[in-house]
Amino acid sequence: MSTSEIDRQWTTRLRRRALEKLPPEKTLPDSQPSYVSSWIYVFGVTTISALIVVIATGCLLALRGPTWWHASSIGHFVNSLHLWSVEIFFFAMVIHLWGKYFMAAWRGGRAMTWITGMVLFLVSIVTALTGYVSQTNFDSQWISTQAKDAINASGGGAYFNLLNFGQMLMWHIVLLPLVLVFLVAVHVVLVRIKGVVPPFEENAGQQSAGASHE
Amino acid sequence: MSKKNFRPDVDAPEWRGGHTPYDILKEGTIALVVVAILTVLLAVVFGSPDDPAITIKSWSNAAPVDFATTALSELNGTSTTASYGAPYNHTPDTGQALGPLTLEKWIGVRIPIDAANDFVVDPLKTLPYQTALHQGLASWSAASTSTRTKWVANYTKASAGMKFTGGKVVVNATNVGPLPVMITDLTKMARNGALDQALLTGNSFYSPDYTQSLLFISDGSYLGQLAAKDHLLGEQWGVMNETGSYPGSAWLWLYTFFYQIPPYNSSGNGDILVLGTMILLTAGLTLMPFLPGLRSIPRKTRVYRLIWREHYRNQE
Amino acid sequence: MGPLLYAALLPLNHPGHYIHWHFIEISVANTIVIGLMLLTFVAALVLPFPGRRRRKENQ
Repeated sequence: MSTSEIDRQWTTRLRRRALEKLPPEKTLPDSQPSYVSSWIYVFGVTTISALIVVIATGCLLALRGPTWWHASSIGHFVNSLHLWSVEIFFFAMVIHLWGKYFMAAWRGGRAMTWITGMVLFLVSIVTALTGYVSQTNFDSQWISTQAKDAINASGGGAYFNLLNFGQMLMWHIVLLPLVLVFLVAVHVVLVRIKGVVPPFEENAGQQSAGASHE
Repeated sequence: MSKKNFRPDVDAPEWRGGHTPYDILKEGTIALVVVAILTVLLAVVFGSPDDPAITIKSWSNAAPVDFATTALSELNGTSTTASYGAPYNHTPDTGQALGPLTLEKWIGVRIPIDAANDFVVDPLKTLPYQTALHQGLASWSAASTSTRTKWVANYTKASAGMKFTGGKVVVNATNVGPLPVMITDLTKMARNGALDQALLTGNSFYSPDYTQSLLFISDGSYLGQLAAKDHLLGEQWGVMNETGSYPGSAWLWLYTFFYQIPPYNSSGNGDILVLGTMILLTAGLTLMPFLPGLRSIPRKTRVYRLIWREHYRNQE
Repeated sequence: MGPLLYAALLPLNHPGHYIHWHFIEISVANTIVIGLMLLTFVAALVLPFPGRRRRKENQ
């Protein structure tokens, strides 16, 4: 094969593009800018850690099926783990959102990082809703019969039926987790490519050349 | 280098300062261990709620008159489901509107529910042969729509005095056709658990679709009465709450808030109005990078001075 | 039902307590969660972050 033929291959082009945007030193960095020195910065990784525990406990629940926890005390314990990891997940995510807002973390070409983060928040809420209606208990009955009115009002109820347990469970354990994990990956890759947003400049009138913008 | 127009809320200065060693994998591992330990602690201490589901059987045994009244409302078309409109049935003057948008109606009937037949007549037809019921169903099938309407209306008028005695639903009414045997036998069917099975949606042995059962249950008062005890009703800010004393979905606070204030709390289009408002606000937050004024709030409020105080101190 | 191998130490299955303020009605549990979130946010902003000397050396 000639070099130019290799150069034109999809594989070669993708590899080069990926390494250019995200070289190993950026993917797995060994240093960070010295302005990253506040506890507010731990809430992103805490959110991801909570998501890992949510998924792991969800997998444990899947081992014995969606009515296990009513009759088994171990099942009930795993159910409790799943509930509290979700509470920690949202807790950390909201504090992460507050921190990123007050840092105006969208600056310097980071709008997509902000947007993917917001979409993640929304998808998480929908995932939580499908989870609530998959509990196979009184809470599921109440939430599904009430929330259906809001979803019906938008026309979505014709296709997304909260009262259809089978559909809701599969959205909760298959479709939405895949979307979540994909979006988290995009969000984290964007942070690695762009770096953590620098502080606001305090000296008024100082213009920075070479700053990236929308 | 060219001087570009630097917008402090959009652009970021280039970092020419120092870097410090950073172990990303170690940080991730510590975070994971801390979260896992915290999760276990919370689960061990507080557990989780699991109030058992109600069934049509438990409902009709606890509140047989409420059940029978609900069955009647399915027949006379006054139940929430029977008069819902899309996506369940074609009922005139239904469907929420957001200005000119009537999305619910446009999408149409996709989950067809014929309350009278699906919830009452068809389940009764699945029962094993009993003379009175068989004759009652036969006369129901043979009757004209106007006759059925007359029977149901007469029964409904007298149903305010409905009693449940000796295992029978008792209503003092005349010219009501087979209504008494239909309502009594449906109540009997509910109380011994057969109606739960008969209402499972779908034509298969395996049905994970509880649309019919849940719609029927929520047409009655029993489910709502249990929910009210747990502060789960809309006007109790129920969307945010959980059964017992457990924390609920605190992140839904703003969504719940709108349901409490005018015009949302009194409008027939309340759901779509709240949804529309929340979609707008969420879009605003999502597109914050592009909204002048709103995107300047972080710089103007100077909370960042706390976050980056060490950096600013080193610069001075 | 299997053997009771686990039961929570302080299960929260009793009826909840609610705070009423004008038209606002919020559970004590949710109030605690939201309060903790605000406290944690402020604490994260205010508490000193370790490694200051190391960062100064790397300036």
